Amino acid sequence: MDTKRTTFNNRLLPYLLLAPQLAITLVFFIWPAAQAVKSSFEREDPFGFSTVFVGLTHYRQLFADPNYLDALWRTAVFAVSVTVLSMMLGLAFAAAVDRLARSAKVYTTLLVWPYAVAPVVAGVLWWFLFNTSTGLLPFFLERLGIRWDHDLNGTHAMILIIIAAAWKQISYNFLFFLAGLQSVPQSLIEAAAIDGSGPVRRFFTISLPLLSPTTFFLFIINVNYTMFDTFPIVDATTGGGPAQATTTLVYKVYQDGYVGLNIGSSSAQSVLLMLIVMLLTFVQFRFVERRVQY
Amino acid sequence: MAGIHISEVSKIYTGGVKAVSSVSIDIVDGEFIVLVGPSGCGKSTLLRMVAGLEAISAGEVKIAGRVVNQIEPAERDIAMVFQNYALYPHMTVYNNLAYGLKNRGTPKAEIDTRVAEAARMLEITQYLERKPRQLSGGQRQRVAMGRAIVRKPAAFLFDEPLSNLDAKLRVSMRGEIKRLQRRLGTTSIYVTHDQLEAMTLADRLVVLNGGEIEQIGAPLEVYHAPASTFVASFIGSPAMNLVKGELHGDKLAIGPAMIALNGFAPTSGAVTVGVRAEDLRIARDDEEALPFRLEYTEELGAQRLIHGTVGDQQITAAVSPEIALSPEMRIAVDAKRLHFFSIETGKRLPGNVPAEAKLAPVEPVI
Repeated sequence: MDTKRTTFNNRLLPYLLLAPQLAITLVFFIWPAAQAVKSSFEREDPFGFSTVFVGLTHYRQLFADPNYLDALWRTAVFAVSVTVLSMMLGLAFAAAVDRLARSAKVYTTLLVWPYAVAPVVAGVLWWFLFNTSTGLLPFFLERLGIRWDHDLNGTHAMILIIIAAAWKQISYNFLFFLAGLQSVPQSLIEAAAIDGSGPVRRFFTISLPLLSPTTFFLFIINVNYTMFDTFPIVDATTGGGPAQATTTLVYKVYQDGYVGLNIGSSSAQSVLLMLIVMLLTFVQFRFVERRVQY
Repeated sequence: MAGIHISEVSKIYTGGVKAVSSVSIDIVDGEFIVLVGPSGCGKSTLLRMVAGLEAISAGEVKIAGRVVNQIEPAERDIAMVFQNYALYPHMTVYNNLAYGLKNRGTPKAEIDTRVAEAARMLEITQYLERKPRQLSGGQRQRVAMGRAIVRKPAAFLFDEPLSNLDAKLRVSMRGEIKRLQRRLGTTSIYVTHDQLEAMTLADRLVVLNGGEIEQIGAPLEVYHAPASTFVASFIGSPAMNLVKGELHGDKLAIGPAMIALNGFAPTSGAVTVGVRAEDLRIARDDEEALPFRLEYTEELGAQRLIHGTVGDQQITAAVSPEIALSPEMRIAVDAKRLHFFSIETGKRLPGNVPAEAKLAPVEPVI
């Protein structure tokens, strides 16, 4: 890397140039995060007149609360299911499109569309499709002998939000996998073909190992997505129910803080959520550093 | 071990572009054939059709007597060495070599023996546990060849395998490929754009231009009797001098000069005259010669190339470095060392090289 370095004679100018970006980061990221950390140690009276420092009380209460531990476990199931489902489907579509010669562009464009749909709309869309009384899918499921009812059946509700959340993420995974597959040198595939490896075997022994950097990257992104960005989907479809069967960590933060007005506990939960994601990302990157090199 | 028969093979891309047009080559068992030509001449396409990586638009390819047009690459019993080596980056050298055998369900013990044998032959035994990225260019090249030889295929296909190596390594790897091919006796097709590589490796070389065969022949045959002006200018370095000339009876006029042909004239009228740089020499005072105006020289050590003009036509001559240079020189050529080509078609005019002149040793320069 031999890029030319710009040197500033004016000592103030570089800070001025950085200021807008720093200001945005401070105001919209650091400050709220710091506020959350601060209020997680405090208890506020119902009218907002006084706050008391309570130390780790909220955290202690959370880990003693079976509702919270259930939400933690539920979120793990949700995150893993959505990630695995959307990545597998994204990869399958990418592998299919990669084999197309002529119409690949059209398919790519069509497959990317769901990503442009707002999460709430995606949620509502699936909610309609799965609607117990008017939906198309329960109608067909009924014929297969399955009585679909996500309003009463917690498992059904969970499946609904997994499908809705995964559906939105398939496009994203598809794009990255397709780019990854297309950067696998053609000559490697040809060499493998001459080496007696059929299309399926080639995919699993050549393409897939070479995609591992993409796969690990997407894994991180997808887990983070399901942890944070799926709030609108849950809210628009199940509202966390029935009987909290779809209350994920991020939804619980909203319910306890915004609906239940328990700001302290809600803040503690979001701090924990933040820590979980930071930890996951850290572990994954360490893992990626060592494992993905080839 | 097997011969390869390519008959009337064409490649026509959608849109009607003809990359290869009815090419026929008969390759006997154990022969080393080099396809040579400039980029875009269809040599790689032809090789890839033999390999099965490109569909054959017309014609027939037979390997070991079996028509392979509709047969998958894996079933053709061939191995290919790619220009960029195409080593599997996530596998060790051992696994790179073993991959093809594993796919074919070869027993583990047999794989071990074959890989060990190939590794020993190519002197890469100590690198078997490394990944390709930990190897130098030359070592990767060896692994690529190893991957081809472990399978003991009926034919090797080489697609410009040396063009990613530096000049020195290229010369030594060239020698090794030749030695290995001789030792294994495997029929080989080798694609290159480098005429020197083609000359040194080939049993017979096939010169391609614009998807068509210009000439097939042993390297010296092609060198000494090029079938067309294209071959003449492509094979040999420096390229053969090609100048406009006119035949008057038994005399050849090049610009202002006249040369007696002593019975070597194939026709009369305007022709393209070809002469190799090393066949030109400084004229003695008493002989007919071409007036040569020196423009610049290139030192090759053993030889010196002098570039200049005769009349208004460019000429390059290879002379001994000891010869004194002057701006105006006289150069001579033996009539039997001249090549004549048709002005219209560029094809060699028949009968102008007597058989005994073909491979006669080059007379020493003065």
